[in-house]
Amino acid sequence: MKDKQTVLKVDNLSISFTQYVKGLKTRNITPIKSLSIAIEAGEVLALVGASGSGKSLLAHAVLGILPGNATCGGTITYCGQPLTESSKARLRGKEISFIPQSVNYLDPLMRVADQVKIGLPRDNADSIQKDLFSRYGLKEKDGRLYPFELSGGMLRRVLFATSVRSGIKLVIADEPTPGIHPEALSAILNQLRKFADEGVAVMLITHDIVSALTISDKVTVLKNGSTVETTLAENFTDNGKKLQHPYTRSLWNALPQNSFFNYKGVSDWL
Amino acid sequence: MIGLSILSFIMLQCSPIDPIAAYVGGDTSLTPEQRLALEEYWGLDRPASEQYLTWLSNLLRGDFGVSKIHRKPVVEIIKEKAVASAALMGISWLLSGVIGFILGVTAAVKKGKVLDRFIKWIAYVQASIPTFWLGLLLLIIFSVWLRWFPIGISVPIGVTSSEVTLWDRLHHLVLPALTLSILGIANVTLHTREKMIEVLSSEYIIFAKARGETTWQIIKNHGLRNVALPAITLHFAYFGELFGGSVLAEQVFSYPGLGSTLTDAGLKGDLPLLMGIVMISAVFVFAGNTIADLLNASINPRLKEGV
Ligand SMILES: Nc1ncnc2c1ncn2[C@@H]1O[C@H](COP(=O)(O)OP(=O)(O)OP(=O)(O)O)[C@@H](O)[C@H]1O
Ligand SMILES: [Mg+2]
Repeated sequence: MKDKQTVLKVDNLSISFTQYVKGLKTRNITPIKSLSIAIEAGEVLALVGASGSGKSLLAHAVLGILPGNATCGGTITYCGQPLTESSKARLRGKEISFIPQSVNYLDPLMRVADQVKIGLPRDNADSIQKDLFSRYGLKEKDGRLYPFELSGGMLRRVLFATSVRSGIKLVIADEPTPGIHPEALSAILNQLRKFADEGVAVMLITHDIVSALTISDKVTVLKNGSTVETTLAENFTDNGKKLQHPYTRSLWNALPQNSFFNYKGVSDWL
Repeated sequence: MIGLSILSFIMLQCSPIDPIAAYVGGDTSLTPEQRLALEEYWGLDRPASEQYLTWLSNLLRGDFGVSKIHRKPVVEIIKEKAVASAALMGISWLLSGVIGFILGVTAAVKKGKVLDRFIKWIAYVQASIPTFWLGLLLLIIFSVWLRWFPIGISVPIGVTSSEVTLWDRLHHLVLPALTLSILGIANVTLHTREKMIEVLSSEYIIFAKARGETTWQIIKNHGLRNVALPAITLHFAYFGELFGGSVLAEQVFSYPGLGSTLTDAGLKGDLPLLMGIVMISAVFVFAGNTIADLLNASINPRLKEGV
């Protein structure tokens, strides 16, 4: 079998923010200390970890959309090449697509259909957008509405539709599914799996570990800005005896359907 | 409005200017009998409150009275001058709005860079220049030194009004309009800049960037859309200052609009004319603020869809 290409490789990533405290005194905080992940073409990697563990920051770092007061350490390579600010700018929306965590990332004053059309080939943007809407259970007339007129679940699907483009090699989905009804949820997960089957590398950031496992190949667990472990999705079975790290095991067992034990350390999970 | 009219009325009553003396100018041959006759004719012999009520009831019937210095119905004078003032204020309002908006957006996009600091510096300087000073400066540079534009009066001297061409009118409009525009720019620039910086740091701009939109596309797709309405709203609320500025600019350039007529009426104690212009300008400012309020409400697309 041919070696699969590693699309995204993050080694030892650290992110710090310079903040002003009292006038001109500055202080550095480092929410991400040592983070490493790798995703191959054709693979779905689920990224899990408690709130604040640094999942979104990792995604933003790869896309080059961190705030101005952030500094990064470590290396990020994309298809074997180091990912620089200028190559990020070139790849965004063309080869790397992003589904943000919050629906506030939509322009409040732009009709949602127009937002989905941004970046589509001009000639058939209209038909592609309509097709995407029907694929994710949105009505054609919903396209004429502004974000505030749609429900949270509908906005999730709009956000997802913005990421489905041809030519994409890496999809970074930052919690694309909360508040979504089961049908749309499986439409989105199936689409992510389909991407991977077509050779795209998919990073799925999620709190919904159970649904994520249905489509993921590997799972990377983060804790306080560091990678705890990366393991195969199939290792999440029984009471987690195949999982290496105790933290991963405690995450898994903290899920209600697996609740043999309940660890204090993960009470903020879910 | 009524409060404003009472206030202007009282101020004029208390002013040391004797309308009759102002009316006759330096003519000292006025006999006491003639004087009394004039006072009676204008109703000046009656108590102030009665004068006010007469004026008010006439106003409510649509009668603004007759100007003392021009001896023409106030409505007619206002109509005549309003066109000139509307041209002046309209052009200045549009110019300052467009230029200010462009400068504000540019500064926000280049935030912290040399261009931004330059634009900000210009705006602060502009904001602190008094109208008449700027007017005089332009007058000296363009009319006295360069002789590009006439010094005053909206039409050339010695030409009958029928011969006045549109070009002549425009020619005389340039300097006052320029003065007034320059003064309005700073306000729009600084507010647009502020609002644009706020918009540019919002999540939907970060997402637009993540989707590969270039800076120009971000401005075009999301920036202008989210900044335009607040900027236009603000600019309508600026009507009041615009009118105030036009009074001074018209005075400096002896531009015969409502502003200079107002000053004239005030100085000569022409009560009906003064009150008429004050009322009209109050309506004008009120209209500006109302439009601003309505626009403000419609910034929210929630309300926009409702209509
Ligand atoms: N702009 C910032 N300045 C300073 N600290 C930040 C900034 N953005 C994020 N952080 C910190 O970095 C840490 C990681 O944040 P991040 O958003 O990546 O968490 P997350 O794993 O995505 O959490 P969640 O599951 O809630 O989305 C948090 O502790 C947060 O406080
Ligand atoms: Mg997050």
